[in-house]
Order: sequence, then structure tokens, then C-alpha cells
Amino acid sequence: MSNKIIHWFKYGSPQSFYPLAGKMIPWFWALAAIFCVAGLWIGFFVAPTDATQGEAYRIIFIHVPASWMSMFLYIVMACWAGIGLSLNTRLSSMMASAIAPTGAMFAFLSLWTGALWGKPMWGTWWVWDARLTSELILLFLYLGFMALQAAIDEPRRADKAGAILALVGVVNVPIIYFSVKWWNTLHQGASISMSKAPTMAITMLWGMLVMALAFWMYSIAVALQRARAIMLERERHTDWVKYAVE
Amino acid sequence: MKQADALNQAGTLAELGTLGVLLAVARRDLLLALRRKSEVMTVLFFFVIVVSLFPLGIGPEMALLRIIAPGVLWVAALLAAMLSLNRLFAADYADGTLEQMVLSPAPLGLLVIGKILAHWLVTGLPLVLIAPLLGLQYDLDGRALGVLMLSLLIGTPLLSLIGAIGAALTLGVRGGGVLLSLLTLPLYIPALIFGAGAVEADISGLGATGHLSLLAALLALACFFAPWATTAGLRIALE
Amino acid sequence: MLTAINLACVRGDRHLFANLGFTLEPGGRLHVTGENGSGKTSLLRILCGLSPPESGQIHWQGEPIRGLGDEYRKAVLYLGHHNAIKEELTALENLRTTAALAGIAVADEEGVALLGRVGLAGREDLPVRFLSQGQKRRVALSRLLWSPAPLWILDEPFVALDTAAVSWLAEIVGAHLDRGGMAVLTSHQEVNIASGIAQFLRITP
Repeated sequence: MSNKIIHWFKYGSPQSFYPLAGKMIPWFWALAAIFCVAGLWIGFFVAPTDATQGEAYRIIFIHVPASWMSMFLYIVMACWAGIGLSLNTRLSSMMASAIAPTGAMFAFLSLWTGALWGKPMWGTWWVWDARLTSELILLFLYLGFMALQAAIDEPRRADKAGAILALVGVVNVPIIYFSVKWWNTLHQGASISMSKAPTMAITMLWGMLVMALAFWMYSIAVALQRARAIMLERERHTDWVKYAVE
Repeated sequence: MKQADALNQAGTLAELGTLGVLLAVARRDLLLALRRKSEVMTVLFFFVIVVSLFPLGIGPEMALLRIIAPGVLWVAALLAAMLSLNRLFAADYADGTLEQMVLSPAPLGLLVIGKILAHWLVTGLPLVLIAPLLGLQYDLDGRALGVLMLSLLIGTPLLSLIGAIGAALTLGVRGGGVLLSLLTLPLYIPALIFGAGAVEADISGLGATGHLSLLAALLALACFFAPWATTAGLRIALE
Repeated sequence: MLTAINLACVRGDRHLFANLGFTLEPGGRLHVTGENGSGKTSLLRILCGLSPPESGQIHWQGEPIRGLGDEYRKAVLYLGHHNAIKEELTALENLRTTAALAGIAVADEEGVALLGRVGLAGREDLPVRFLSQGQKRRVALSRLLWSPAPLWILDEPFVALDTAAVSWLAEIVGAHLDRGGMAVLTSHQEVNIASGIAQFLRITP
């Protein structure tokens, strides 16, 4: 019994995780590429042209999965950070730091594609729609997390401080989302809503799901790669790193 | 505890309850604020000047000013609260008092509440009191001024509580001040929405009760959660 | 009784010490020595529970301090490099708030008497910023007079003190040890503490 537990915890230590992650990364990259090609193919060639929005709506195949990922990654990041804080496991904290830039990238991608979508639809780059606004605040939260970790030299302290911020953020995200929604419904000026997506054909949903899978695989691959880099940097004085680099 | 009693050299010294420790911390911070009045005045003056700048930038049209008044007053209050946060723990951190707080037998969370209480009394309450005067500049009527005061009365303690988390996390960190605003301002957004929204809703005749109760709910949540996060942040800063 | 078992400390990339252990009995004092930057202060901060050790345990009366919480904090008095006093407050106000933090109420007249004993008679109501470096240190040291804590952890307590104050402080620590107290201290200068069982711990990397 206890044997098994020790065996599992083995992968919690950087020196055994490092080669394992190295082996996994190419597979995730390959899966990401396959799903991405499939998703884009569904999005551009299979999904029908929308009656009211024409071809421009096709950006939702990037926009919607990117928004999903940005929110989901924040929760994943907070989970890793929380585990790192409570169990004092180095690897979990490294994973949290590795996920943050990817999450921020997806939040930014979501905002950017939202703007590209808004221009042909409503003639403006930016609408103060509840989802776009929440996404913007989410980007701020990611940037805050990364800035805090970058400003602290001692890695342990950076991990712990970042973890508390991520946990505070995760409690706040629903509150922020709810309050922004409430604010949005009270102000008539912003009646345009991004959430009113074109009536969904089943192929569109498939396209978005496949793209979301592609983003998933990409996130895992990139996060693992970044975690490996963080490991090497932090443990540069240990023997296993010297051995691994050679 | 026999040993401790045997070691008590003065013999007669009384023990303070936990509430006594909380009050002692708050009293000390108030005393300090009294000795450095200029710091308190700076925050208040900042609030006044920011609010007064908007009509100069936008134009003196009263109809427009009435509309933007709740937002302007609340954003200015947010920034003023930000400005004062830097000093919440920094002095105690620099002179070693924070170490003694962490080592105090009283729970650190209570001491933190004492400090936040003092911080609010010194920087938050003055904003609440002066807000109606500034509201007059924006031609708000008596009812709206009352709602504005009430929303700030519930909202400014919330700002102090949330801000304390950021202040603890950025303690002794490079570029702490700017970083503090980057961390804290996004977390202030719900307070801004419900606070300014309350005044707006009152002006447009919708009634402010909903907003104010949500703001109060946030305050209750923060009272529960913020001291925990702040203490964790302080312990990490001292490690 | 304070026991340290296999303590290790890492700061940034530097391993300051490892496998450090000792036992301190009532009436005992532990002198921690070592070069600048060897980790004396880090060790003292670990001992009082401010920072966790990289590995190893600290036991107080046989229990690990992590689980003791306020019971251990009540038993410890820590005097760090910083005086933990406020420049704007008077010596008396400083003494009273410091005592309050430790959960002890000191009345005005008691406070005046205590300050008299550290040689600050007549300066009780002066803001501390008008005092000299040594006098500020004395305000901080006044904690030793009211604290009921059996374990004193003193980081360079003799710094900035004149010879008379140094021997006074040595006496205070000695009296504490005679009462069955314990002390862990660092010091650059030779100090004559008459009583207690002395142990010396030299930190080497």
C-alpha cells in the first residue's frame, strides 16, 4: 500500500518529472496540430455561412474557445497554486507559474478576436459587453499574478505570494463576472451583446469543441515546456540538472 | 503556565484579552496618524482635487456632471484608498514591529483587523464625510447625497479590507507601489460597480436598496476572507 | 526545554547550514557564533517560528512548535536587529504598545518605573526620535523587564550599548537564567554572563 503511494509521489519531484514531461511534450504538440487543422477545416469549410453575419462570424471558432480556455486555465492555475501552498510541493507551484502566460495569451486572444469580430458587426472595435469586460478584467488578473511573481526574487516567496493572489482571484472571478453582468443590464447604452452568438448549427458547435481541444493540447504542451524551463532555472545548482543538461 | 508566572518579574502585570490587543493596535495606529497628520491630509486632499479636476476636463454642463458624478466620486475614492495602502504595513515591516505582531500570542488576524480598522478610520471615514460636499459641486440632490454617503460608508471598509491583501503581498517587493495598484484595482471593480451603481440607481428613481445590499454582502464576505489572506501574505513576507 | 533536530536552512541558492541540532535546558544559554552572513539571524528566526526551516524540527517541551501555535509564541521573546519601536511615539507609549502586542497591560506608573530601570528616567514622554541610538535600544530592551516568556531569543542585543549598559544587560540575562529561563543569543563582542550553563554553537557552511 505504502509502496504505491511513494511510487506516485515520485512524479511530484522535479528530477523525475523532467524527463517524463520531455517525453510527453511532442505528443501534445502533435495532437494540438491535428485538432487545430481539423477544427479550422470544420470552421472554414464545413460550417455554413451565417444568414445575418456572413463570413465574419467564423472568428468565433477562435474567439469562443480562447475565452473558455482563458477562464478555465485561471481555475487550473489557482488549483495548482493552492496545492503548492498547502502541501508545499515545488512542482505544483512551478505548474501554476507555467500556466499563467498561456492563460494571459488566451485572454488577450479572446479580446483581440472579439474586437475583430465587433468591427464588421457593430462598426466599433470595442463594446462594453459583459463578457468582453470580464475578459479584460481576467487579463488584468493574469498580468497582476505574473507581475507579482516577477517582482519577487526568492522563488519560494514568489510561489506562495502568487498562490494567495490566485486564490483571492478565483474567489473574485465569479463576483466580478456577476457584477459586470449586473452593471451591463442596467445600462441601456450597451445593449449589443457578444453573448448573442448566431443561432448555433451543430457543425459550429463541433468546430468550436474541436478547436477547444486543440487549445487544450497546446496549453498542456506549452505549460509542460515552460515548467521544464522553470525547473532547470530554479534547480540549476543540483546534480540532476547538471546531469539532465549534459 | 506556572513557569511563566514564576518568570514574571514585575509580578503584578495584568494580561490583556484578545479584544484588548486588537484595540491596542488600533489605538497605536490612530495615535501615529495623529502625529503624522500630513499623511492623512494628503489622501483627503487627493480625493478633493481629483474630483474637482473632472469638470475642468469635461466642461461645466450640469446635466452631464450629474450623470457622471457617482462614477467620478467613486473612482476618486478608489484611487485615494489606493494611495494610502502603501503605508498600511510598510512602516511596521521596516522597523520590526510586524515581526512582533506575528510572534504575538494573539491571533495575527485580529491584529490585522485592528490595523485595517485604524486605516479605515483615518483614510476611509474622512472620504465618506467630505463626499457630500463634493457631490454638491456636481449638483446632486439631498437624497442622492445621502445614498452616496451610505454607499461610501459600506464601500470604503471594503476597499481597506481588499487593499490590505495587496499591501501584504507587495510588502518589501521591488516597485511595490505600482504593483499594488495592478493587483488591487481589478479586485475593486465589484465595489465600484455596486457603489457607484447605488447612487445612479437612486438618481434614476430605481431605488438603491439592491445595490447597497449587494455591497454589504461583499463587505461581509471580505470581513471573513480578507484578514485570512492578509495574514498569509504577511507571514510570507517575513519568512 | 528547547530541542532543535537536524535543522537546515537555504536562502536563495545558498545552503547556509544543515544537520544543526542542540538541546537547551532551563537555565541554559546558547551562544550562536559564525561569520557575517553565515546564517545566525536566519537560525534565530527559524527558532522563534518566523520562518520555516528547509528541513528538520524544533520541539518545545517535547512538542513540535508548528502544532503549539500561541502556546509557543507566549513562551518566546524575540529581539531582532530592528528595535520594533515607533519614532513618533514616546518611550512610554512604545513600551505600552509593545507590551499590549504580547498580551500584557502595563499601567502608566508601571511603565515609568520600568523605563527608569533601563536608564531612561525623565525621558518617558519624549518622542523616541529625539533619543540616541543606544537609548532607542534601551527602549527596545525594556521588554526584557516585563516579559514572562521563559525563552529569550536575542539577536545582537549588545549592539549600540555603552559598557555600563552591556554589563547591566548581562546581569538581566543572568537573572533570567537563574530563574530557570533560557536564552539563545548572538553577539560579536565578548560578554560576561555569570550564570547559566553555556553552550556554544558555531555555524559553518
